[in-house]
Formats: sequence, structure tokens, C-alpha cells
Amino acid sequence: MVSRRWLEALLGRPLEGRDIADRLARQVAPVDGVVPIHQDLRDVLIARVLDVKQHPNADRLSLCQVDAGNGVVEVVCGAPNVQAGKTYPFAPVGATLPGGLKLERRKIRGIESNGMLCSAKELGLGVDQGGILELSTEAPPGTPFLDAIPIADEQIIIDVSANRPDLLCHKGVARELAVSLGATVKLPELPATGYRLSGAHPRKPDSRKPIADSAVVDGVEVRLEDPEGAPRYMTAVIRGVTVGPSPAWLATRLQSVGQRPINNIVDATNYILFEINQPMHAFDLAKLRGPAVVVRRAKPSDTIVTLDGVERKLTSEMTVICDAERPTIVAGVMGSAESEVTDATTDIVLEAAYFQPTRIRRTRRALGISSESSYRFERGIDMLSLPDAMARAIELIRAIAGGELREPPLDLWPEPQRPRSIFLREARVSQLLGVTVPRKEIEQLLSAVGFVAAPKDDRLAVQIPGWRPDVTREVDLIEEVARLRGYDSFPDELRPYRPGTVPDAPSELTLRRIRDALVRSGGGLLEARTLPLGPADSPDAIPVLNPLSADESHLRSRLLPGLIRRVEHNWSQGQRDVRLFEVGTVFNRPSDRQTVRPSEALHVAVVLTGARHPQHWSDSTEAAKLPDMDIWDLKHHFELAVGVAAPSCDVQAAASGSGWVAVERSGGEPAGTALPLEADAPRWAGPLYGLEVRIAVQPRELPRYEPLPTQPPVVRDLSLVVPGGVSAAQVEAVLRREAGSLLERLDVLDEYRGPGLPPGTRGVTWRCTFRAADRTLIEKETNTILERVLKAAEATLDVRRRQA
Amino acid sequence: MVGPEAETEQYNFYALNFPKDHPALDAQDSFYLGGDVLMRTHTSPVQIRTLEHYPPPIRIVVPGRCYRRDPFDASHSPVFEQIEGFAIDEGITFVDFKATLATFARRIFTPTTNVRFRPSFFPFTEPSAEMDVQCQICGGGGSGCAACKGTGWMEILGSGMVHPAVLENCNLDSEKYTGFAWGMGPERIAMLRYGIPDIRLFFDSDVRFLEQFS
Repeated sequence: MVSRRWLEALLGRPLEGRDIADRLARQVAPVDGVVPIHQDLRDVLIARVLDVKQHPNADRLSLCQVDAGNGVVEVVCGAPNVQAGKTYPFAPVGATLPGGLKLERRKIRGIESNGMLCSAKELGLGVDQGGILELSTEAPPGTPFLDAIPIADEQIIIDVSANRPDLLCHKGVARELAVSLGATVKLPELPATGYRLSGAHPRKPDSRKPIADSAVVDGVEVRLEDPEGAPRYMTAVIRGVTVGPSPAWLATRLQSVGQRPINNIVDATNYILFEINQPMHAFDLAKLRGPAVVVRRAKPSDTIVTLDGVERKLTSEMTVICDAERPTIVAGVMGSAESEVTDATTDIVLEAAYFQPTRIRRTRRALGISSESSYRFERGIDMLSLPDAMARAIELIRAIAGGELREPPLDLWPEPQRPRSIFLREARVSQLLGVTVPRKEIEQLLSAVGFVAAPKDDRLAVQIPGWRPDVTREVDLIEEVARLRGYDSFPDELRPYRPGTVPDAPSELTLRRIRDALVRSGGGLLEARTLPLGPADSPDAIPVLNPLSADESHLRSRLLPGLIRRVEHNWSQGQRDVRLFEVGTVFNRPSDRQTVRPSEALHVAVVLTGARHPQHWSDSTEAAKLPDMDIWDLKHHFELAVGVAAPSCDVQAAASGSGWVAVERSGGEPAGTALPLEADAPRWAGPLYGLEVRIAVQPRELPRYEPLPTQPPVVRDLSLVVPGGVSAAQVEAVLRREAGSLLERLDVLDEYRGPGLPPGTRGVTWRCTFRAADRTLIEKETNTILERVLKAAEATLDVRRRQA
Repeated sequence: MVGPEAETEQYNFYALNFPKDHPALDAQDSFYLGGDVLMRTHTSPVQIRTLEHYPPPIRIVVPGRCYRRDPFDASHSPVFEQIEGFAIDEGITFVDFKATLATFARRIFTPTTNVRFRPSFFPFTEPSAEMDVQCQICGGGGSGCAACKGTGWMEILGSGMVHPAVLENCNLDSEKYTGFAWGMGPERIAMLRYGIPDIRLFFDSDVRFLEQFS
């Protein structure tokens, strides 16, 4: 998040929030929002107090003659600091203040008050500093407060990617904006007080030459014992500071990015963080035993009470900053209450460091805390610019808190690094981007954001600024060229291409065939997508180590449980007719013990409940009599699913007597089941059926052409009485076996139960279609076949011809 | 091309040029099954599996389920669909990349839909880009439109030129071969295209919802 006003201060020109968002989105990073702040002060005016008199009826109140631009009004004021001749924010009668308070004319101790002189708190601008807010502005009375005092602002919420830590500060964002605006970035002056810029700046302190790993600065011993965790560590001692509230301009800056002002020292370090991305830390020198600052790996026995009041156990994975005795800071993550700067502090030790990013990441994950500092260290800050950050922090602290720097800052940097350089080839730029970008243009684009490019042989040697840890190889520079030139500047004309070598995935082709077959079956099936996560659906279900909830704790090993939950959801919505199917992955224990990666299989499942088909105008007007789906609808869909998903299987009645199974013709585990289901059903629901089939991923079998028949068929209907316990499938098997190859088709025409049949039996009528390929069948032949078939059926299954 | 839904960190992250212990991993909060095995957070591991088995030229589309440890809300689901595209050959450039995706966008929306590409970051593409199409609700005017938050643009997919490190991780000559990749969320695109306000509707399987699109 950055503040528009703050960017304006760096770029020296007025900006517009939406325009900033658009420029950033096109050039570097998307903006999630532009949020106006302090717009609720639009009724407040600048006013000058002309005269102050004691209120006749109250000791602590004054009567003020106030010039608010539109004549002089009398105002009752309770602030002890009100003075004639000074300027204050003024809320006239009728104004609405932050929080929604609407000001009315009212009598205070008998005297009418025509408005209110406001304190910082009343304006939502921080804590009161001894009464009403004294302003130093040249703006004439009556000027809207927001026009005179630069706090009406917009927060620009940038979606900063993990590779661009430089965009986490105003300077970095301003640097990018400067390119398209044609502006330059200049750090603003740091005034001591008020909102006005003041002159006189302390001399910029020089950094000492980098030295090894320990030294003394102004009486404080600094030892860098963990250069791996803290490759560069700077310290400065400032003595004689006055800790107190920050000047208004600084408090406003911090509030504009959602930070609460604390005191001038802490606020100064926070300002540096948001301005130039350097997290800083200030210790109270009086609380440092030694006095010493020791940077070392934590010991397993170390503990620290962090600023949030929690005692934390440290590990040797972490870097800590200690005094002569014990840890005071978890490096780069969080300090302790013990070494905190307070109002009583007079001497401070200022730290500016570069901590190793992965070390910080592991530390803050292990401790479960993160801070604005750790967020930046983890992404990588500018190691090369530490002295600049330190100088700016010292300048700011001396401006707003006074104090003396008796020695220049100490810079411990055992292995100094030079800026990295990367070679960039023009030919590679055009190979990748498809457009020739002249060398001159490449140099201009790169230098606009801080790269330094110089020709070397037939390449460009590009020096990488310290704030760009993401640029590590040539292609990163090519991206810079592309985005700074503007992605819009590249053409988008289609060119010919070579087709690829990768065949279509057989599983996708299989799934498509199954989806098509089910959708086109005419049964009105809709494709559902259920969550592959749920409660354990079998003893072998694979658990997720870090589930979001107990309801989503395991991977599914079957599709049906999830589909049943979807049926129940539909029932809860008053939907009675539900026909859903799903194709998807299920997970099972791996057969290979070497891995925890589950084995994955594709399944198809169907659930059916409610009316067999949607109501049609030709149906009976008594809609309630539309038939519900029954077990035969289930079988029909099962045969359909098995036929397309597991064509090497036959559908057989289940041994349990309820439902069917899909049995591999070559033996082995059944590939699927179909059965009536139990569910949490409302009373009005129809019966629920479900089926699930393991999908055999295989290329589609090509149909083979059969010559069309040239001979006429002979069709004979056969009505049989089938005893209980004998299935139609068993009868069909006998019929086919006995009839032989002349029987072309066998279809069930009708089933009948009721009067006229022996108890416990049913009547089933089959239509038999006979045909010979080479001759016209005569009736005698089919009669002979039927007699043979009937005899066999009677002998093996006790099935007889039904007498009319 | 397709790939497994349970993946190893190697395929899901490191072969795709995610640095170890890097904040880039934070955006990919994952469901772990144990050890280095997790539910894939994107379909991009299939890029690696393809490069391991097939020589260029490669032009594939990879549909598949992906998992991120985001609780359900109107725009997030712990399980979502992704469609990955991936092309590798000699001579593929940023221009081909833009042309292919812009053509795709105009086919799926309308032939006159405006398209723009913006810089983005994915460890496995460089340059990286996000593709926006002109808002299909307000027509790109933006002002007061809730669907595009007043910007006039809708973000459709993440994409970019394949990072040379990805090719090198699969023993391919990154000086010779270039390519592009993109990943998009069909749920998100369907939400934009059909005005569906809540991603959870896709997982409810309410027949009245499904019938609207059957």
C-alpha cells in the first residue's frame, strides 16, 4: 500500500489515484484498489483566532473571536493552548466531523458557540498534543482545511508479487511511475515540525569503510558473529534525543499507509521503511547491558519475550541480536519490550541490517509471527544502499528528536559485495520478443529504472541495482525491456506453426466418450462436479495432513458418497427429480510402499431418483402419476455406463441378490456395481439408485462393418412363465445357447405378474428375430428351433410356455 | 496431455523454477499427503511431465483439477479446474504468444473484444503476463461497473514465455527452444461470461443450476 501524497512528494508533481493505478498495472503490477482517506474533513476550514477572553462562567473555557473567512464569529473553546493570532482547524455550524458528528449552534455555560476549534483527535489525525491543533499555514482564513493541509489522500493498494520487494516502498513505486511520467525521483526534505518544509539539515554522516566483524562505535561494542545470517550490519549511536510525539507531517505520512504513530524515534524508523524499504530498529542504549550489540545464532536454550508479550523459544536456525548477556531482538522479525524506546530514553542505538532472506522466512514461520520488517527481509532488501538508509534515518531523527551523532555509523560487512552484472545480447532480445529493439532503446529503457548498461564486445554489460534481487539472468532483463517498452507495443499477428508431437491423452478421449454417451442417453442426466475431499469414505481412504475441516479431511476413494450428498442438497432445495452423473479421479493407497503418492483411477458414477422423465403435455393430466425411476432404470444406466466405460465387462446380477455388478470377462475384481442406496431422504422423495464403474482407459474399438442383410427376418414372440428365483438373464442365456447363430436378436417385450399365473411366477414375453444370411428361412425351421429351445428351458430352469 | 492430481514438490514447484524457501510459495498454500507429496496447486507440473516424454515441437492443452488450501468463499474454492496451454519449438516469440492468446480470447468472447497484456510474475514464465479482456458486463466503459471494479477490464488468465530454467531442468537447450504457457480457470471465465456470482454454485450441483447450462 502506498499513499498518493507521499508519491507526489517523491515525484514533485500532483498525481491522480486512478491514473497511478492504470500506469502501474500496464507497466509493473496490478492495483487492487484506490481508497480515499480523510475525505471526511471536507467541511473543516482554516480559521484564525483574533482575540481570546476568559469565559465569564467557566474557569477553563475561553471565548474566542474567530475569523473563518466569512466574518468573525464567537466560539467557546476549552483548549488550554488557544492563542490570539494563531491558526487552527475550525468546524463551522452545520459541519459533519469524522465519526458522523454534526455540529450545531449551542450554548455552553450560557454563551452561544458558533462552531468548534478542533484538536488532532477530533479530526482523526492522531493523539492530541496539548489541546487544539495549531497549524502553520499561509492559507487565508476560510480556506478548506483539505486544500491548505496536504492530508486528503488516496491509498493505492498494489498487488506486489513476491519477486519485487522494491515495490513495497514509496521510492520504488515512484521510480516506476517516473518512467511513464517523465519525472525524476527525489527524496523529500525532512522538516522538524509542522507541515511546512524547513531548511537547515544536518550534514550527511559518512559511513566508515567496511571492516571485518567487530568494532566499537561511540562506546558501544558491536560484534557480528553470524555473518551468514547478517551479511551486513550497521549501527549508529545517537545521544541526547528527546522522545515525544512525531510532528504532524510525519504522523500523517504513517497514518496514510495505515500505521499508528507511536513516538518520534519509532515513527522515524517506520518512515524509512515505507519510504526506501529499509527496516530499521532503535534500541534504548541505557537498557543494553555491556553496552554491547552481539549478532549471533540463537542457542537452543535462548528465549525472548517479543513485543507482543509472548515468550518465544529460539532455535539455532535463527539469528538474534543480543546485548552483553541475552537476546533482545529476533533479528529482522520482532524486538522485545525490554529494549524498546520509551519516553524516558535519551540515547539510542540505531540498527540498519541486511538479514539473509531464507533465514528470516524460516524464523518467522517457526515462530508464527511476521512483521513489516520480516516481510521485506524475506523478499530481499537493498544490501548496497544500507549507508544511504542509515544516513537518512539519522537525518530524520536529528530533525525531529534532536540528539547528537558523535561518531559516524559503524558498517560491519565482512565480505563486501559489488553490484552484480549481467550480459544482455540484442539477438536474444529479438529471438525471444519477436521484435528488433535497437540497442539505444534497450539502454534507455533499462537505465530509466536504475540499471546501468554499457556496451561490451557485441553485448551490453548491465549492472543490477541492489534493490532488484529478482534480476538474476539475461531473460529477466528481457522482461524489463518488454514491460518498459509496454506489452501493448508488440504486434499480435498470427503466424504459421508446426503441429506438436504429443498425442491427445487417451484418458481425456475416454472421458469425453463417456460424457457424450451419458448426456445423449436421453435420460436427462446432468453432469455434477463434487468435491474430491470429504470425510473418510473407506477404511483405506487417504488422509490429508492439513485439511481445512473435518468434513474435508480425506481424498475420495469413490464418487458415490459425494454424489449422494449432492442429491441430499437437491432434496433440501425441494428438488425431487435428480439425475446426476460424474466422471472424476478417485484415490487409493499406493501399491508401491516406497511412496505416499496415492494411486489414481478414473471412475464414472450415476445417481437417479424421482420421475423417470420430465412431464410432457401428452402425459396424463394427473401429474402425480408420472412413474418414478425403478431398479430397471438403474440397470439400463448401468449397462450404458459399463458398455462405454468398461467394455470388457459383463453385467450380472449381484450375488447379494440386490443390484448388479460388472464382471471382467477375463476374471479379476468387478469393475462396477449398481444398487439401491440409502440416504437422508425426505418423506416425499422417490427411491434412490446409484452406480459406479471404474473406467478402463483404452482406445476406442473401431466398429467393423457387417454386411447388410439381404434375406428377410422371421419374428416370433415367445411368452414364458418364469418361476421365482429365475432371472430373465438366465432364461436369455439358455435361449441364445439353444437357438444358435440363426437367432439374430432377443428383446424383452413385456413382463406380467398377477392373476392367471401360478403363484410366485411371472410372465415374460421375448421377441425372437431369426435370420439366415444366405437363404430365406422357412417357418418349419424356426418351429424346430423354438421347440428345442423350449425343451431346454423347461429342463434346466423349469420355464414353460405360457398358455393363452 | 494430463497428469496426476497428487504430485511431488519437485514437479509442482522446483522443476518449475520456484526457489526453495521463497515467498513465491506462499501464494500456493497446499494440501499435503505426507513427505514431499501434495495435491497439485496448478496444472503446470504437466509441462515437466510432457517435456520428459516428448520432443519439441510441443503444443498441448492440459485440463485438470487443482487444489489450494483456500477456504470456500464467493470467489475461492479449495478445488478448482485449470486449463493449461504450453507450446515449445524453435522460433516461438512473444509476438506468437500474444497472437495466440488474443485470438483465443476473441474466439471465446467476441471477435471485436479488446485484449490487453499486463506484466505479472510466475516463477516458470519470463516475461510473465496477465491477460485482460474488455469487461463483458459494462463493455469496457468501467464507470460504476461492479464486475470489473470500474476498470473496464477483466482478468482472464496468467501466462508468459516459458522460463529458460524450466527447459534446462528438462535437459532441453534453452538457447534453441523457446515457447509460451498459459493457465486459466474455467470457473472464473464461466463466472465472468455467464454472470455467475459465486464459485460455490459449481460445487452445489443444484439441478436448477446445471439445467441452465445443459
